[in-house]
This record gives sequence, structure tokens and C-alpha cells, in this order.
Amino acid sequence: MPNVSLLKSLARKDGATVRMFIEGTPVDVPTDMNVAAALLFAGVTACRTTPVTGSERAPFCMMGVCFDCLVEIDGVPNRQGCMTPVREGMQVRRMDGARSVA
Amino acid sequence: MQKTYDIAVIGGGLVGMAIAYGLAKRGQRVVVCDGEDNALRAARGNFGLVWVQGKGGTCTDYARWSLHSANTWQGFADELFARTGVSVGFQRPGGFNIAQTPEELAIKVESMRKLQEAEPALVYEVLDHDALAERLPAIGPDVAGAIYSPNDGHVSPLYTLRALFTAFEQAGGEYAPNVRVTDIRQVGSAFRVSMGEASFEAGRVVLAAGLGNRDLAPMVGLNAPVKPLRGQILVTERVKPFLSYPTIYVRQTVEGSVMLGDSAEDVGFNDGVTPDVLADIARRGIAPFPLLKDVRVVRAWGALRVMTADGLPIYEASEACPGAFLATCHSGVTLAAAHCETIAPWILGASRPALLDHFYAKRFAA
Amino acid sequence: MSTKIVDLLVIGAGPAGLAAALEAKRHGLAPLVVDENVLPGGQIYRSVSRSPLADPAVLGPDYLRGRALVDAFTAAGIDYWPQTLAWQIGADRRVSITRQGTGGGTLQIEAGAIVLASGAQERPFPIPGWTLPGVMGVGAAQTLLKASALVPDSPAVLAGCGPLLYLFAWQLINAGVPVRAILDTAEPGGRREALRHAGGALRAPSYLLKGFKLLRAIRAAGVQHVKHVESLRVVGAQQAEGIEYVVDGRTARIDTALVLLHQGVIPNTQVTRSIGCEHEWDEAQLCWRPKTDAWGETSLPGIFVAGDGAGIAGALAAEPSGRLAAAQAAVKLGKLDDAKRDSRALSLRRELAAHTAIRPFLDALYRPADGFRAPADDSTIVCRCEEVTAGDVRRMAGLGCVGPNQTKTFSRCGMGPCQGRFCGMTVAELLAQAQGCAVPEVGYYRIRPPIKPVTLGELATAVEAPDFLSERAGFPK
Repeated sequence: MPNVSLLKSLARKDGATVRMFIEGTPVDVPTDMNVAAALLFAGVTACRTTPVTGSERAPFCMMGVCFDCLVEIDGVPNRQGCMTPVREGMQVRRMDGARSVA
Repeated sequence: MQKTYDIAVIGGGLVGMAIAYGLAKRGQRVVVCDGEDNALRAARGNFGLVWVQGKGGTCTDYARWSLHSANTWQGFADELFARTGVSVGFQRPGGFNIAQTPEELAIKVESMRKLQEAEPALVYEVLDHDALAERLPAIGPDVAGAIYSPNDGHVSPLYTLRALFTAFEQAGGEYAPNVRVTDIRQVGSAFRVSMGEASFEAGRVVLAAGLGNRDLAPMVGLNAPVKPLRGQILVTERVKPFLSYPTIYVRQTVEGSVMLGDSAEDVGFNDGVTPDVLADIARRGIAPFPLLKDVRVVRAWGALRVMTADGLPIYEASEACPGAFLATCHSGVTLAAAHCETIAPWILGASRPALLDHFYAKRFAA
Repeated sequence: MSTKIVDLLVIGAGPAGLAAALEAKRHGLAPLVVDENVLPGGQIYRSVSRSPLADPAVLGPDYLRGRALVDAFTAAGIDYWPQTLAWQIGADRRVSITRQGTGGGTLQIEAGAIVLASGAQERPFPIPGWTLPGVMGVGAAQTLLKASALVPDSPAVLAGCGPLLYLFAWQLINAGVPVRAILDTAEPGGRREALRHAGGALRAPSYLLKGFKLLRAIRAAGVQHVKHVESLRVVGAQQAEGIEYVVDGRTARIDTALVLLHQGVIPNTQVTRSIGCEHEWDEAQLCWRPKTDAWGETSLPGIFVAGDGAGIAGALAAEPSGRLAAAQAAVKLGKLDDAKRDSRALSLRRELAAHTAIRPFLDALYRPADGFRAPADDSTIVCRCEEVTAGDVRRMAGLGCVGPNQTKTFSRCGMGPCQGRFCGMTVAELLAQAQGCAVPEVGYYRIRPPIKPVTLGELATAVEAPDFLSERAGFPK
């Protein structure tokens, strides 16, 4: 998933991080981030493909109204990344089209 | 709008449009008068079943009529696709009526047995849990079994409506939205349809305005004793295909979303949704398919079915005002094919099938 | 399944909601504030109480001022549930909510009164290519800065118009982050129109001064500022690679991997529509807002709207707006008499007037252009969720769809998880254009709960319910 980073961090108040896993790859991200911000920070350009045409999408509104930041978090599909704080050991995978059931 | 038409169809829902298209493709100049964007529209509230099993308990002909339409549906869908390029997603793999408990299954089996006795074409199979799990791998453990019938299918009711609109307009039909019909009266051998100040004339008039028929019917010597009966429905996010058959309360659409229904509430003209009914529908969907528990609901809606007292249709030609017709039912999806291929020709003078003998409003006379 | 009874439920912990809660407490109510986010502050004061930035001053004094409000709220010990979604609200003020985190779950709240303070969202800005990765809202980028200390790594292009656009450009400049260009879509006629409201603007000199300072700093930083842009298109295969723009009929292109769009904010009406409140069209702000009386009460008794959700007026207007609603709620709940409420309202209304005086001027100056509200290019995606284009919507209009609901029925536009938040305005504009009528005549989607997608499991456990199945046993299908 990771490609060119569009964003970088300004000087932070503290350097505490958590280790999360993006497509199984460990990434250390600041503890105060939400999943969408963490993905962008880690250089992920597209976090999902759409169920309609398979087009690539990335977080768009960062406030929970656009539903473009849907990712699979800890096995649960279609969670809004921007509304979910990161956690130590969190497993994040991109959504490829529609979700499955079991 | 023009000044005159061959036929005016009042109501642009599934019943109206199926009939209107059936008339237009047979060479008639047809206008459909339809309400506003946010009018109560049963056509937007359909589950999408093309369903036969279980029907006919009080009137075997109703089951036969539904079966006749279901048997006509594939040709109907193919024609719409050929004409418009819109695929309505019709599939007829057969359908399931799932029973949670052995008692429930026994009741369903008995009623199916009686129906098949009255009409052999109402075929079905009884499946126990294991047999059901082979056909529907997603079925949960707490299910006793199901009735399966190959007569059943499903379709996208919204694509169907869109295809009908397109085909109707291609066949030269005219669609007049935002219209409120205030009066219909016979003028010579034709009818004047008034919409407030404006009006036009039509050789024949077909009332297909759902709940609106109640007020329109007496204008042309007909009776449409219909009442609203609300149904609520849930629609989920898109899911990769897991359910290839329709069931009575849960089906997966061509887009992948799962539809769950339904309810029957006598609440007047209120098409809202309520938390308690939605909770019940959710439970009724999770019980047979536990893996749906974590699937998200994206939309919920309520719609008003158009119900006669016995739930059976009315197809009637006015005797007082020849040339005026009434068509009403609550199964506008299942019956769409028959409306297009049997009711439309009847309106144009073809003989009325004996199958429809019961469907007159006079059966409600006290 | 549990039910909690509260006298006042406040939905939203932005400036309107926080102020409403503080006011409610002051009058002897015991409000409960619920909010989807992790920290109070809403969008405008996002993370103000726990900024990740070593130097939050780059965000400017207006942002930092929110700290005092959030601190006052926290110190007041008011019942506050973060990470909580109210997803079904009835006219009877029964609310289904879901709390995340430990001790979370779904429950019902019965409220004596409700103050809806869900604020605004960015106005949809449909241009070709706007769904590509690398394109996001200016508000989104600003949230990434406030809440996550993230800024563009390579020079970004900001496109659109409105105070937020210039504010963010200024914040980036403060932070030492180069801005590649501002492609300004404010129309030439906007300034002329705005001058008609100069009187109001002059009554709000601090706002005017702020605006001048922002623009002057942007100029001083040498940011390319292209004015009167007529059309925009993001180009790129799988992600944004550049942005094309047209000025005076001539096309130019800037290579960039990050495009930030903004053309104003509009009230978030999902909740008010889902409950059945009446709405009215605001021609000056080109959006719908719930109809409210002078206290913010909607057409449904006991349900109030405060802050930007009632009409765009900004963070400083949101506070008195919230307080007025809470004061009236206190009267309705028998905790405050009319006379005390009226005397309290005097200063609140003065405050509100001071902060709304600038609005007509700003609304006119930054009125989003027709072409950006109803995209001319048929290939433009209008419904991001279902990928329905402007051409599709126009085709539906041609088929006879006169309103958004019929259009939705036929095209699936508005049926995705965002529930019409990003396409509703655009569909209405396109239909109005197709029919040659005004946007309010076209109407809006019928919005129903759940306000955001919730699981079947959550729905199933939200209430106790009789089994409707048995009631239907004899019913003919």
C-alpha cells in the first residue's frame, strides 16, 4: 500500500507512538492520530477501492461525512478511519470493493 | 401537454407504468399523470420479490394470477432490456420461506399442501435444516427448515420502474409529473381529465393511482376501497455475494446490498420509520442469517401498501362510464409482467381472463 | 436494553453545544453532551485542549481562543460522552445512541429537550477528478493539521473560495509550509454584490481587519493567487497529478499531487431532516437550513438547533446561539421564568448580532459560482458513493424526474453510506437547472434514520419490541 507521502509532520509536542500494522507491515504512528491520518502519514495514497467501479479512494473530509476513508480495522470491515483512534497492535487493511460476510 | 390522448393513465408507479407501457407499445397515444417528487409512492417501497409461494389461501385464482405473471416475467425483463439497455436484475432461482421452529415449519407445510391440492402448479419442497444449509450456506444453526418453491424470484423494483419509464417514452408515451388530477368526467364518448384549471381529453382513462384511486374511482362510476398499510424496510451496505436465492424477509440485491423486511402496520398515511419495528426487522434478519449481525444498515424506509380488505386486486371496467378502468393491487412487482401483457390488452378490448373473475369491487358490497 | 432519561440532551461538542451545556447547567439543568469525536471542540476547535503541535500558535488566535471554552466545559463537570453517535432521533425526543469504547453499547435516551449542535459540513465541490486520491477538502487538511500535526509535504494547490481557504493558506505560511497556488473561484460580481452589504461589514471591523491581514500575508508570501477561475479539473490516472484551470477562456495547468478544495460550508441538515423538521432555503447562503424561531427552536417542540447547523455564522456566533437555545429549553422545562430568560437574552442577542453582522457581506463576496454548484462537465461524479455523474442526473431529468427522490430512485444517487451529504445539494442544483426553476422548488432527499450506518446488531438491540412476525401470521402476501 505505501507509496509517495503527501503529508509530513510538523514539530510535535511529544513523540509517543503506537505500533500499528498496515497490510501486515508494522508502522509507528503518533498516539493521538486517527487511522485515516495515520495512513496518510505512513504514505498510503489510496485506502480503498469502490464497490461500484473499483476506483481508488482516499480520505476526503476527515470529519466522518464522506465515507471515503472506509478501511478494515481489526477484522471489522467498512469502518471510518477518520473516526477511529489508533491503538497499539491495530491491524488495518484496505477495503477492496464490497465487504464480505464471514 | 397535448389536448387529447388515446389513453390517460393516472399514476406513474409500477402498476401505472406497466400498464402504460403495455398500451404504448401496442400503438396507443398514452399520457401518464403522476404526482410530485415526494408523493406517497408505493412503487418506491417494494422489497423486490416476484413471489408466488404462500399466496392464494383465500382465493386460489390469486395464486394462479401471480404464477401467470411470474411465468411471464423473464420475457418481460428481456424485452425491457432489449428496448432500453436497462437490466432489471430479474432472477428466478426459486425462493425460500424460512421457519425458525418445527412448529412454524409445520404450519407452513400444511398451508402449502392445501394450496397445491387446489392448484397442482403451486409446487414446493420441504427442507430440513441440513438440506437448507446445502442450498443456503449462510443459514444459521437456529433454523428448523424452509419451504422452497421454484416458482419464486426477485428483481430490482427501482430498475424495473426506470426501465418502464424509458421504454414507455421510447414507445411515444408522454409522462406528466407534478400533476394533481382534480376531476375526471365523461364528455361524449371520451373523458375530460382536469388538473385544477388545466385539462385534457382522453378516449379511455385507467386509474392506477394507488391510494389516490379511492377519491378518483367514484368520479367514473367505480369503487376503490383501498387503505394504507405501512411496511418498513432496511437496506445494508454492499456485501460480496453470499445469498443467491430470495427469501421472504431477506434478499441480496444485484448490487450486493441486503434488503430486510418487513412489517404490516395500520398507521394511516404515515410512511415514517420507527425504532421498534426496525429493531424487529433486524432481529428477523439476524435470526436465520447470524453473519449479518455486523453488517451495516445504510438506509431504512417506510412505504404504504395499497390494500383492499382481503388483500386481493381489483381490475374493473366501469359500467356507468364505459372506457374508464381501475387497476389496484399490493403486489405491483410480481404482477408487473401480467399488467403489461394481460391487463393492457384487456383495456384495449381483449377478453378478460376467467382467472380475474373474482377481482371486482362488488365483492366488498355488504 | 436500557433507557436513560435526561432533561437536556446536547448533540455535538463544538462551540454551540459546549456553550449550550454551560448555559443549561447555569439554569439548574443537568445536560448530557454526546459527540462522535474523541475530544470536545467540534471541527473548528478540533483538538484545541490537547494540541499535538509543539507550536499551536501557527493556527492563529481565533483557534486558540477555543481553549478557554473547552476548559470551562471540562471544569464544569457536565455529563459528556465522547465517541458517541446519536443515530435515530424521534420527534418524541427518544434517541437511539451507540457509545464506543469500554462500557459502550447501544441505548435509548429520553430527553426533555434536545439541542442539536452538529454544525456544518463543507459544501460539495464537484469537479472532474475530485474523487482521486490526493484531493481532499481544505477543512480536511486543516483538521489534519490541528488534530494530527500533519501538513502538505509537497506544495499543495488550494482551489475554491471563502474565508476558510485563506485562513488555511495563512496557517500553512505561518508553519513554514509553501503553498503552490491559490486558484480562486470567487466571481468578479461577488465584490460588487458584497459592497451592498458594506454597512454590515463595517459594523464588524475586527472580521474585516482579520480578512485583510490574511490576504496581505498571503500576498507577502508570494503565493500565486489566480483570481476568477472559471473551471477546474483534477488530472491524473490513479491519483492527482495536476490541476487544470481556466481563466478568461484560457486553460493552464499546475502539476501537483495534492489538491485542496473548498467553496464554503453549509448546515448539516441530516438530523433535522430525519426528525421531520421544516426547512427553508437561504438564498444568500445558497443552502437549506432548519426553520427556527428566535430561540433556535425548530418546528418540532422541544427540539432546538444552535450554531452553524441553524445557518452559517461561525464559531463566535455559535456560542450565544447555543446559550439562547439552552435558556429557552430551561424555560420549557420549568427551570427558568420568562423574565429572567429575557434579561439574560439581552446580552446574548447583542453578542449574536455583533458576530452575524459580517455575514451578508461574506456570503455575497464568496458566493459559490453556478458552474461549481451544478457541474457543466457531464463526466463529473456527483454522487461519490454510487459514482453517479452529472450526465446521469441530467439524463434522469430528461426521463421525467422532477425531484431528487425520483432521481435517487432511478439512478441510485444518494443511496450510499454518506446518505446524500455530498450529493444532495448538487442534485438539487442540476435538477433546478434542467427545469429552469429555483433550487428550493426542487426539494431535497427524504432523509431517514439511521443518521449514519449502524449494524443490524445495533438496530436489533436498540429497543425492546413485540414480535411483529406473529401479528402478520395470517396476512396474505
